[in-house]
Amino acid sequence: MSDRIIAEINEIKEKIDITHLVCPMTFVKAKATIEELELGEILEIRLNDGEPVQNVPRSLKEDGQKVLKLKDNLDGTYTLYVRKDSE
Amino acid sequence: MALTDDQLQRYSRHIILKEIGVKGQKRLLNSSVLIIGAGGLGAPVGLYLAAAGIGKIGIADADDVDLSNLQRQVIHSTADIGKAKVSSAKESMLAINPEIEVDTYHDFVSASNILDMIRKYDFIIDGTDNFPAKFLINDACVLAEKPFSHAGIIRFKGQLMTYAPGKSPCYRCVFKTPPPPDAVPTCKQAGVIGAMGGVIGSLQAMEAVKYLTGIGDLLTGYLLTYDALKMEFRKIKLPFDKDCAVCGEHPAILSPIDYEQAVCAI
Ligand SMILES: [Zn+2]
Repeated sequence: MSDRIIAEINEIKEKIDITHLVCPMTFVKAKATIEELELGEILEIRLNDGEPVQNVPRSLKEDGQKVLKLKDNLDGTYTLYVRKDSE
Repeated sequence: MALTDDQLQRYSRHIILKEIGVKGQKRLLNSSVLIIGAGGLGAPVGLYLAAAGIGKIGIADADDVDLSNLQRQVIHSTADIGKAKVSSAKESMLAINPEIEVDTYHDFVSASNILDMIRKYDFIIDGTDNFPAKFLINDACVLAEKPFSHAGIIRFKGQLMTYAPGKSPCYRCVFKTPPPPDAVPTCKQAGVIGAMGGVIGSLQAMEAVKYLTGIGDLLTGYLLTYDALKMEFRKIKLPFDKDCAVCGEHPAILSPIDYEQAVCAI
């Protein structure tokens, strides 16, 4: 991970936890939260292993957002850092 | 204002769509549509627009629910017979989506009330079953610069077109004047297959949603016809009529007109 990405991740605008949600509400919640951000702002998302970690980052990419990093929390959850690149 | 978690869930299948998203859904929630006619066409339009979360829906119809309506007017139920169609329609729409607002107009549209009625809405649906009303709605929408969806259904056929002010030919550009009363059967005399209202009305609801969210290409400048027996859709290009009496270069119609209605259609 480059220094630039680390610096960016330090400026997280908003955090959400979607571990209580199931498909498609996992993606809907992430997408809705990103839509409220300004371009360039970063969202931190805590999500479950399995279907959410397979689908949410991919769907956000398809929506034109930048997935910066996916961190395994080693407790069955992941933390995803996404930058808003697309309105 | 951000959508609530319940709204995110209710509208999730819209929000997932890249073309709609939260922005498009918020636009729908802040939009208003007037549906003129709570019959075969107005029924599916009302149900889909209520479900879609159109913030304010107006519905106009002077009739009461009759047993013979129920073969196609799916917004009304057997228990609604005898109720004003607008009340029955309002109950059905609010049962689907209690977070919208529904205004009812238990009245025929006429030259004297239509401009006041359409003024308050972003998009108008013509779900009427007679020519005088169709010309009246067209003229009023052209004069008030309101977009609307025209549609008509009879027997196994249906048609629709979308009007956008200043951008497309109007209904009168194509059809000029109403036929003489009783020269053409209304759907009361001719019959209509029940699902026709569903096909054409759903397309009207689709046009409204596309207009309100600003996505895709509208059915402006075209007439779409559907023949159920031949299972054939045709999209016919419509020209502007520069001599159109309402939207042409020298319009003769400067305010809405009430045409005489066939006796049996009243
Ligand atoms: Zn015209």
